[in-house]
Amino acid sequence: MSTLQPLQRIVSAAVVLAQTNIDTDRIIPARFLSTTGREGLGAHAFNDWRRRADGSPDPDFPFNRPQNAGRSILLAGRNFGCGSSREHAPWALRDLGLRAVVSSQIADIFRNNALKNGLLPVVLPEATVQELMQRPDDAIEIDVAARELRTADGQVHRFALDAFARTCLLEGVDELSYLLGRAPDIQLYEERLHAR
Amino acid sequence: MTSGPRTLFDKLWDAHVVVPESEQAPAVLYVDLHLVHEVTSPQAFAELDARGLPVRRPDLTKATMDHSTPTLPAGADGRLPYYTEAAENQVDMLAANCARHDIELFDFGSGQRGIVHVFAPELGFTRPGMTIVCGDSHTSTHGAFGALAFGIGTSEVGHVLATQCLLQRRPKTMAVTVEGELAPGVGAKDVILHVIGTIGVNGGTGHVIEYRGSTIRAMDMEQRMTLCNMSIEAGARAGMVAPDETTFAWLENTPRAPKGEAFEAARARWRELRGDEGARFDAEVAIDARDIRPTLTWGTHPGTAIGVDVPVPEAADAADRKGLEYMGLQAGRALAGTPVDVVFVGSCTNGRLGDMREVARVLRGRRVAPRVRMLVVPGSGQVKREAEAEGIDVVVREAGAEWREPGCSMCIAMNGDLVEPGQLAVSTSNRNFEGRQGPGSRTLLASPLTAAWAAVNGQVGDPRELFDSSRSREVAT
Repeated sequence: MSTLQPLQRIVSAAVVLAQTNIDTDRIIPARFLSTTGREGLGAHAFNDWRRRADGSPDPDFPFNRPQNAGRSILLAGRNFGCGSSREHAPWALRDLGLRAVVSSQIADIFRNNALKNGLLPVVLPEATVQELMQRPDDAIEIDVAARELRTADGQVHRFALDAFARTCLLEGVDELSYLLGRAPDIQLYEERLHAR
Repeated sequence: MTSGPRTLFDKLWDAHVVVPESEQAPAVLYVDLHLVHEVTSPQAFAELDARGLPVRRPDLTKATMDHSTPTLPAGADGRLPYYTEAAENQVDMLAANCARHDIELFDFGSGQRGIVHVFAPELGFTRPGMTIVCGDSHTSTHGAFGALAFGIGTSEVGHVLATQCLLQRRPKTMAVTVEGELAPGVGAKDVILHVIGTIGVNGGTGHVIEYRGSTIRAMDMEQRMTLCNMSIEAGARAGMVAPDETTFAWLENTPRAPKGEAFEAARARWRELRGDEGARFDAEVAIDARDIRPTLTWGTHPGTAIGVDVPVPEAADAADRKGLEYMGLQAGRALAGTPVDVVFVGSCTNGRLGDMREVARVLRGRRVAPRVRMLVVPGSGQVKREAEAEGIDVVVREAGAEWREPGCSMCIAMNGDLVEPGQLAVSTSNRNFEGRQGPGSRTLLASPLTAAWAAVNGQVGDPRELFDSSRSREVAT
């Protein structure tokens, strides 16, 4: 649990959820937050979207379509992951098999949480995301080291990724270990604070 | 360090940098107060246990239970009516984790248990100049005191428990300036809904907002908390108001703030907490208070805010169209007159004493419309006691509404307090997402005044009618 699996390269076709402002209540409804673990939340990901009123799976929902099984890239509408800070959202998406979310805007807290769980947030211009959404069945390659998303027809899209986040993903470093390594600095800060 | 004139945010940030940020790594930022609740902490404590780590500063960590807790009292057998076994287990686990790590817990026996963003300010844990975090996005509430306060995920809860620090990139700043006097019947909730409607549900992304201007200065602390609370609904990391005499007066009356000479010394420091003349923001928004009406939302995110008497706009895109369809509302028609099934007053946005008073003011001598279920949920044990001392519980019950025990309740609908599928609720909470208040629930966000007025009328109404006889129409009393 404490060490992350390194993430260097993702090659997959995509699942598309084009709607804008997909909030974390949508990703994992609050009634599934009574858990004290992190596992198994994929079964409830997008729960109220995936199922019809009678509880049966909605065959039209993208994650229920057989051809989308095993895809690890989500193409989502603008402002993905807004709302609550629940880390259950990236836990659920990882459990669903996702490794990257591509959108023209990703909400701050969700982005932070995603990075801590080996789920790569990729922000690209709206027009690029729209274009990618037109061809979800084509394989997309995401190269973390190069910060590049490459399409099957040879287009290369650069994306921003914080140098620290990139290192953490590539090497499977978790932030807590890094912070624990700064204990002497923290100690000094506390002594300074106490002296004031 | 920031050079040149600094904003309030700059000062708070600079004062808490343990290790400055660089190209290679984010800043290590020190946390002065860490608030913990049952839903987002179990996996963090488990992480510490798995690594054999202690909590670094249990003295700077305060816990309460609010999300999964029932709002009905214990039964004859003394057992609390938890919605599920999992909910009870989660609460028990928090108690066990706090006991093991020596963290002060405000539980059922304490009399001070409440929503995490209500109990901490009322006890005086929340103070100007602090960095405050919690595994809850509405931590922005505490910015009302001139603190840098923001929500974090569970991994970060673990980071703070273990190191009292977080890794953070410096966010951008935004000034939202509101000038002028609010009309009677228009309050802080209307202001923040109007702000979100103006800048958009993602308009604050990457930014910390400082609210300024005469309208904000005139607000009491509860109103400032309502304002800062919903900063996250515009996507902002945090919202803050520079502290002033209103802030200090609140703190002076709290049990856990410094006392005597220590308070005087603190107040002298707190008075320095304001932006410098000429400090620059990355973005600035100006709002005229006279443009703000009683405001509600028509769609399925908080950015769909609109005046009660303004026609719902035509859908601008597919998402808006879906939102309107889900809500069962029509473009071109104002929200006033929309029939209501449920009214919920409470939450970290509007569950404080002032909110309870507004509700009582409307309900006194009136009845909740027959078809409507109204739930009034005080935000904390203290709010409940103080409201009951004023007889507000009696007013609420006599009007035909339910008066409950403190908790998050129907805002997040984890504890069994649910809006039924298809029902339309006017809620004083903070999120109108699809299914937020229960599967299939439909939510209009509004102020306590607007909510209570809707309960009485059985439909959305304009609360300015309560203050202005020229607006009044026939009302069921």
